[in-house]
Amino acid sequence: MKKVFEKTKMLTDVHLHYCPGCTHGIVHRLVAESIEELGLQENCIGVAPVGCAVFAYDYFNCDMQEAAHGRAPAVATGIKRTHPDSTVFVYQGDGDLASIGMAETVHAAARGEKFTVIFINNSIYGMTGGQMAPTTLVGQKATTCQSGRNPEVNGYPIRICELLATLDAPYYIERVSTQDVKHVLAAKKAIKKALQFQKEGRGYTFVEVLVSCPTNWHMSPTEALRFMGEECTKTFPLGVFRDKSKEVEA
Amino acid sequence: MSKILLHGTEAICEGAIRNGCRAFFGYPITPQNEVPEYMSVKMPQVGGVFVQAESEVAAINMVYGAAGAGTRAMTSSSSPGVSLKQEGISYIACARIPCVIVNVMRAGPGLGGIQPAQGDYFQATKGGGHGDYHLIVLAPSSAQEACDFTYSAFDLSEKYRVPVMILADGMIGQIMEPVELPPMRDLAEIPEKDWATSGHYGKERRVLNSLIIKPEELEPHVNELNATYAEIYANERRAVEYKTEDAEIVLTAYGTPARIVKSAVNALRAEGIKAGCIRPITLYPFPDDVFAACAARDCTKAFLSVELSLGQMVEDVKLAVNGKKPVYFYGRTGGNVPDEEEIIRAAKESLAKANG
Amino acid sequence: MIKILLAGQGGQGVLSAGKFLAASGLHEGKEVSYLPAYGPEMRGGTANCSVIVSEEEIASPLCTTPDVLIALNSPSFHKFAPRVKSGGIILVNGSLSDADAGRSDVRVYKIDAGEIAIEAGNVRSANMVMTGALCALTGCVKEESILACIKTQFAEKPKVCEVNERAFRMGIAVVSEK
Repeated sequence: MKKVFEKTKMLTDVHLHYCPGCTHGIVHRLVAESIEELGLQENCIGVAPVGCAVFAYDYFNCDMQEAAHGRAPAVATGIKRTHPDSTVFVYQGDGDLASIGMAETVHAAARGEKFTVIFINNSIYGMTGGQMAPTTLVGQKATTCQSGRNPEVNGYPIRICELLATLDAPYYIERVSTQDVKHVLAAKKAIKKALQFQKEGRGYTFVEVLVSCPTNWHMSPTEALRFMGEECTKTFPLGVFRDKSKEVEA
Repeated sequence: MSKILLHGTEAICEGAIRNGCRAFFGYPITPQNEVPEYMSVKMPQVGGVFVQAESEVAAINMVYGAAGAGTRAMTSSSSPGVSLKQEGISYIACARIPCVIVNVMRAGPGLGGIQPAQGDYFQATKGGGHGDYHLIVLAPSSAQEACDFTYSAFDLSEKYRVPVMILADGMIGQIMEPVELPPMRDLAEIPEKDWATSGHYGKERRVLNSLIIKPEELEPHVNELNATYAEIYANERRAVEYKTEDAEIVLTAYGTPARIVKSAVNALRAEGIKAGCIRPITLYPFPDDVFAACAARDCTKAFLSVELSLGQMVEDVKLAVNGKKPVYFYGRTGGNVPDEEEIIRAAKESLAKANG
Repeated sequence: MIKILLAGQGGQGVLSAGKFLAASGLHEGKEVSYLPAYGPEMRGGTANCSVIVSEEEIASPLCTTPDVLIALNSPSFHKFAPRVKSGGIILVNGSLSDADAGRSDVRVYKIDAGEIAIEAGNVRSANMVMTGALCALTGCVKEESILACIKTQFAEKPKVCEVNERAFRMGIAVVSEK
């Protein structure tokens, strides 16, 4: 029989625990495939967050460390500095990265730590049951802002790519989405590019991926994808915010 | 080998470097700033890593990463900073990552003051963060011991896969004394770590984790940790006794106060009062056997614990003495250090109470 | 065993004089300890340190009742003079302080360390003038040991080395004349 598809070896055979319709699993696969295609699997160390991706250490088929909530960039700093030849990636959600771990995120970026950050932005706290995230859209409902995010009370969502792009050190910053096949393919390109830059020892690389949360957005998977494409991208426009490989040498 | 004059903080750094510490992460706080300053110069010279972290929280998590990936790593701070590290220490204890944490204690609570204190004894010896765990806690009382204990801390930590804390006070941090430095350890001698996430190169993949979500799996893990603590208790309790054989009053103290207590014991002896002292070196495991042996002697009338706190170690002394003899306490806080005269007075009062 | 308390204003070289004494004691194979008082980093604040030089093991590193006080300014002199052990010695910098300790059970030496230091080549060497006087009066460490330490410390600054040596010798001379 002709083999038409083979799952990447960078993922274990453990069943993913993500809810039906969530695009987290897609991002896992994109990261795993990129690592394998670049030949980085044999010397790769990943750092898992606290949040929906907390079990990522069971899914990525490489050495993994599970970090405390928000501290993945600090943990990765310790790993990459002592293992500069290893590929080191951190995988964090919006609560982990943009709320409790903001200091670690900004400072790792400012120091230009030479690892890759995959930032999952689904604008909600998924694992704990749908509370407001630092990326929750204005007007979007959450269990801790039940009539919708009100800037008067809850402030505004934080745009991490734009914020990190104010720093000098980051080498590559891009925001992508998983709203449809075309965007998923573009997301894969961005993730692979970031890992390629790490392989070349270029510097800090950061890819934000918009992900849907049908469960906590209270939508069907299809509605959630449409919401991501139409609404989330208004607050979080897609694009490249930094690419030093394209900058003209002075 | 000849001795050189070193600060306590420098002695700590040399002890670490000479036993293979190749990663240091810290954040400035008085009175231990000389540690990150010294390490920022020395680490690059030995091919190691130094990062000034954005916070104590980040620093301990950098230790988690580096030590988890197999490098001997250390962080240092002082009381308020060590409180911030507790989250990370709890995770490190659960994931069984060997590392060394230095606390050069200052006076608390809160921001407190910057003068020497020992108010973090409970925090250091009873776990400190959330959950059931312990650290091995070593208490140096001289610059030489600051060097030697930090050196041995790395071996102890790796032997048991339990983090080790060097619990010093501000005076140990600032004192300068002659130190004989141990030779530089050959890194090739350090045993291979078969659990480190160092990039698996085709080996069975390794995971360091403190999330064990099923109760039926977490309980055995915690029991296993507890079995390690029992082994540490059996093997590693250490204390130094001084003139306790015939002592009527047995004083006890750790760190710098232990030296003042020793002077007080000499002065009491000179007056004809039979005094002695016990200086715990390991605060966890607590050297209860030494106290129990003293308590069992007929000559021993009372114990007196002298601390730079409101009375913390005294609770462990009472547990060890187990009601056999009265245990008294004398302490100063806020960064004040009792002098010999105060301790002599407290010892005489304790003896009078015990005899009365 | 001799317990020495050195005190003055930050920048007067109190701490470095203390380190010279400790290093010199070590140089002679003696037991030594050096314990500085510390506080918030501030230029011009007070500075003091306790130095013990001993033939036997040093237990307590505190100098609550020092055998010798070296006071480089008036506030330090008046603050610490009452603490000196009965029969002890006080060396006070006469350029910046009176010499009235308010007690008669100690020997007070008023030394114009500022003027002598200027004569030696730099007012900042007043600490070495006092150290010289201390060595001559107590023999706590040998003069050669201090001179050797000065040479090591200022190996790359021959001028500074020379001034400190001169100040140290002038300190010895000023108490030897009396």
